[in-house]
Amino acid sequence: MPINRDYIGRTFPPTDPYEVSRVKIREFADAIGDSNPVYRDRAAAQASGHPDVVAPPTFPVIFALGDTGSVLTSPELGINFAMVVHGEQRFVYERPLYAGDVVVCESTITEIRAAGRNELLTIETEVKTVDGAHICTAYNSLVERAGAA
Amino acid sequence: MTAQVKYDEIEEGAALPPQTYKVDRIDLVKYAGASGDFNPIHWRESFAKSVGLPDVIAHGMYTMAQAGKYVTDWVGDPGAVVDFGVRFSGMVVVPDDAGTELEISGVVEKKLDDNLIVLALTTRAQGEKVLTRAKATVRLA
Repeated sequence: MPINRDYIGRTFPPTDPYEVSRVKIREFADAIGDSNPVYRDRAAAQASGHPDVVAPPTFPVIFALGDTGSVLTSPELGINFAMVVHGEQRFVYERPLYAGDVVVCESTITEIRAAGRNELLTIETEVKTVDGAHICTAYNSLVERAGAA
Repeated sequence: MTAQVKYDEIEEGAALPPQTYKVDRIDLVKYAGASGDFNPIHWRESFAKSVGLPDVIAHGMYTMAQAGKYVTDWVGDPGAVVDFGVRFSGMVVVPDDAGTELEISGVVEKKLDDNLIVLALTTRAQGEKVLTRAKATVRLA
């Protein structure tokens, strides 16, 4: 089943503010097996020129998509989630994400297209502080695999 | 930001030292908890097999994070990463007993202005590429 092209350009309401904490950064760094002190120790981060503990580059995956799930799973959009795999992911940074940042994400479905026999849907997410400073843009492409023909 | 690699000392085509990262089930459980992605294909073997997978597989984002660690360890500062993108091209199967390994290597694909370079990364599991078009743009010292 093709994904409903009417959803191209659909924007999602801004997410609730997400506060990036040192504890969460440490937990995430532990989970990816990364012992870098700038993920744990404020003094080490400051010695590297940062105001506070730095978040790993893929950290925004925790909050970027917010509650877009209710739209992505809606029958009207027409994605069969049993067949969905993560196709591509990209983060483009304006500046690093730090502990203490309070961020809001705004997501837009920018692309829905055929990719071979599969369908591909891309969501672009702007991650900004509550004060409006742009931190990064995340691009998340989901692939709905075609069933056995 | 203090990247430890100097732009002037890096040439296009230079190869980064390869690294091998061990992946066990416990790593996926920890990643599930930290990321909030509790899809059972990443921790429950019976479920993974019931949906046609060979076994439990790693989260794509876990694998991407390992490639990110490879880059940030090399450059010396996570804040140096300005663009990081991958395509997920293969599954990382993580057996219960022995786990698996990710073998990651990188090449300086391009030098840009403003102390920026583009790294092209190769990530393999069981000899198969699991990420393609994996590139990181980083700002060197």
